[in-house]
Amino acid sequence: MKLKTALLGAAAAFAMAPAAFAERGADGQLNIIYWQAPSILNPYLSSGTKDVESASMVLEPLAGFNEKGEVIPRLVTEVPTVENGGVSADLTSITWKLTPGLLWSDGTPVTSADAVFTWQYCTHPEGGCAQAARYEGVTSVEAPDDLTIKVNFAAPKPNPYQAFVGATSPLLQAKQFAECLGAKAPECTAANFGPIGTGPFMVTEFKTNDTVQMVANPNYRDPAKPAFASVNFKGGGDAQAAARSVLETGEFDYAWNPQLAPEVLAGMEAAGKGKVFAAFGTLVERIEINMTDPDPALPEGMRSTAAHPHPILSDIRVRQALSMAIDRNLLVEVGYGSSGRATCNLVPAPELYASDNTGCLTQDIEGAKKLLEEAGWMPGADGIREKDGKKLKLLYQSSTNAVRQDFQALVKGWWNEIGIEVELKNVDASVFFGGDPGSPDTFQKFYADVEMYANNFDGTDPEPYLAQYTCEKAPKPESQWQGENINRFCDPAYDALVAELGKTGEMAKRGEIARQLNDMLTKDSFVVIPLVDRGRTSAASNTLGGVVMNAWDSELWNTSDWYRVK
Amino acid sequence: MLTFTIRRLLLAIPTLLFISLIIFLLLDMAPGSPMSQIPLTVPLEVRLKMIEALGANDPIFFRYINWLHKFFVIEPLHVFDGLFGTTFAGDSLRELSWQSRSPVADVIAQRIPQTLTVIGMSYLLGILIALPIGIYSAYRQYSWFDQLGTFISMIGFSVPTFFTGVLLIVVFSVKLHWFPSIYDTTLKVTDWASFGKQVKQMTMPVAVLGLYNAAQISRYMRSSMLENLTQDYVRTARAKGLSERVVVLKHVLRNSLIPVVTVIALGIPTIFGGAIITEQVFKVNGLGQLLITAIYANDLPMVQTLTFIFAVLIVLFNLVADILYGILDPRIRYD
Repeated sequence: MKLKTALLGAAAAFAMAPAAFAERGADGQLNIIYWQAPSILNPYLSSGTKDVESASMVLEPLAGFNEKGEVIPRLVTEVPTVENGGVSADLTSITWKLTPGLLWSDGTPVTSADAVFTWQYCTHPEGGCAQAARYEGVTSVEAPDDLTIKVNFAAPKPNPYQAFVGATSPLLQAKQFAECLGAKAPECTAANFGPIGTGPFMVTEFKTNDTVQMVANPNYRDPAKPAFASVNFKGGGDAQAAARSVLETGEFDYAWNPQLAPEVLAGMEAAGKGKVFAAFGTLVERIEINMTDPDPALPEGMRSTAAHPHPILSDIRVRQALSMAIDRNLLVEVGYGSSGRATCNLVPAPELYASDNTGCLTQDIEGAKKLLEEAGWMPGADGIREKDGKKLKLLYQSSTNAVRQDFQALVKGWWNEIGIEVELKNVDASVFFGGDPGSPDTFQKFYADVEMYANNFDGTDPEPYLAQYTCEKAPKPESQWQGENINRFCDPAYDALVAELGKTGEMAKRGEIARQLNDMLTKDSFVVIPLVDRGRTSAASNTLGGVVMNAWDSELWNTSDWYRVK
Repeated sequence: MLTFTIRRLLLAIPTLLFISLIIFLLLDMAPGSPMSQIPLTVPLEVRLKMIEALGANDPIFFRYINWLHKFFVIEPLHVFDGLFGTTFAGDSLRELSWQSRSPVADVIAQRIPQTLTVIGMSYLLGILIALPIGIYSAYRQYSWFDQLGTFISMIGFSVPTFFTGVLLIVVFSVKLHWFPSIYDTTLKVTDWASFGKQVKQMTMPVAVLGLYNAAQISRYMRSSMLENLTQDYVRTARAKGLSERVVVLKHVLRNSLIPVVTVIALGIPTIFGGAIITEQVFKVNGLGQLLITAIYANDLPMVQTLTFIFAVLIVLFNLVADILYGILDPRIRYD
């Protein structure tokens, strides 16, 4: 595998050489397929991956992230930092300098007024902006001159790269969206379906939930790019058909997220028309432990609330035994192949924030049994452990998804082996993640003992993500069962450390605190049992060059550099 | 006949209103939320704001009346304006899809051509294949042709389209490279070359659905023919010395077609309903795909409008079938 990768890398490097002399539009049509079709090209009205990524070929933020998670300039001369004076010493403002001479695809100049407008557009109280979180804590955006954008924060922001950074926070053209503020936002169908941008391509035709047709932007800042003259962005079908169209029939150049069993994908790759690329970000498939009692015998409004601690799982030894019994490497092999890797961390990346915690990677059935015995759970007549006449029985729920059900079955097997009776349940994803306070089956309500799903965080800063596990964020009836701390984990020491992270600006120190917080949730308390660090995958044809998978931004972040391998 | 038609049309109004209410209530009671597909990284406050902006939190009665008003008043006005360049509708708010925030009616109008060409063609093809097979199978009952026809229609009936569709793709796209596996909805037929492309990309979906439709209709045709072939009037016709050709194609076929025409008329609304599975398999992205993606995304305005349009079509074609029956069969009179 190593040798193969090296050879492919070398081949790619050779292929790269002619690209340097390419000219705009010389390489014909680029065919991209997303099996979830884009619905709208305005990321401020929809945060679906399909919508944000398709729009990222047209709309650009001031700065983005590269494949290593570093902030890179797109429309600005350089990334502001405290060192170069772009970020104020007290961390309460950041000043961006637009590259002079930038044009929108309609030929009008890009100015700082567009950034001010974009901020107003997304923070309008009636707009229902899907990316409002990117502008949280921003008190104002100023335009001292045409090329200068100053973003002011209410409080010191250790991570100022939120607003206008990454594909979820691009610049809109003030002229085009001027009439679309607030409640009027959805009425601007023409603008939402064909935004004018600064990206390498511009939209010529958009059919919602079907296709997007694009051509090279004649006003793109690099006169030699993009190499492709047009783009056919098709949506619909299923993951297998999308993968097939790239890897087997060669009709398409690039297929997003071919979420298939590893052996199916390997079989398709064997046809030799393309290969699968993976990049690892922060998406972790995990089992979350309910620290409160979901017993149906409890009255409604009392189930799964802090008033009733979990009778079995409040004991850390039981939680640790659950984690020890799992063979994470086997899970990866069965479910994800090369697009997954076993992990013990809730925050697996970026490097600065990733703890060196690897203790869970080796399965230890005997150790798990011993722990349960120490905790007083002794094997009963039927092999199920008992304590004080109570059986060790858990309800394990997840969303309906082939890989998740495989995982459930495997984990159930291991837990049975250590004497735990496990009942499995799966809930349709639209209900599980739907957040309806009236439904008993949402992941927030957590009417089960343990549950499994995947989550990640936006961008490269884990602070808001780790802050989800503070006491007051537990879902409860009073908060309409909303809240991110779905374990109902509550540790004052953890809350204090989160507060400290919010006040710390120095990167090394932030990394240290974040790693400590990660450990408090995982190896120190086993409240979260991380399983697999899931990569982002896509299939690309061998005739498509320049693809660099990026887990930190839109995966179509560098389509301006893509070219046809001849 | 006219009074019958008018009476039925008037009766259809309360029926349809009732259907629309039932659909609305069913959709509203169904679990799920329009926010279920957005990433978990989007915080709660933002989700609540988005739901509020969609109007999904308004009381159900208010939403239902609002939908009725938009469907029966505002949308027809917009269609009228579009056709005649008038401005009756002004800037009244149209029924918007929750997924794309664009008017539901526009998206449906955009999808109809794909669905009609592919699904409609397969229906037509199905009929054209089914009728001769049904007729000849019945005339030569238990012959090898009849056995073969029965066998093929059993396959058409029992093998699901998601299997035949994928099978055809694997054989003809992956192995032989004859046909594209992905339908190009942006293809415009302007010359012979693009017409050839269109035929090529329609071949597989039309074949899959055509087989399915032909299987059904040929069975109806065959049994209807069999029923008539043993009737006394057929013996009379033969006794008069008419040729077999005239007996079968004039006397028997005409009488046998009556129930078959009804079945065909009743099947027409399913064309508009699209073939959800076949459209997904071949990425035709017509009405069926629109419906299924809207269901997945809990896009209630889109699902409600589409299902109600299907309901209207079904009620309408039921009436058409009844009227056709009256015209074709002189024994049946409604007045």
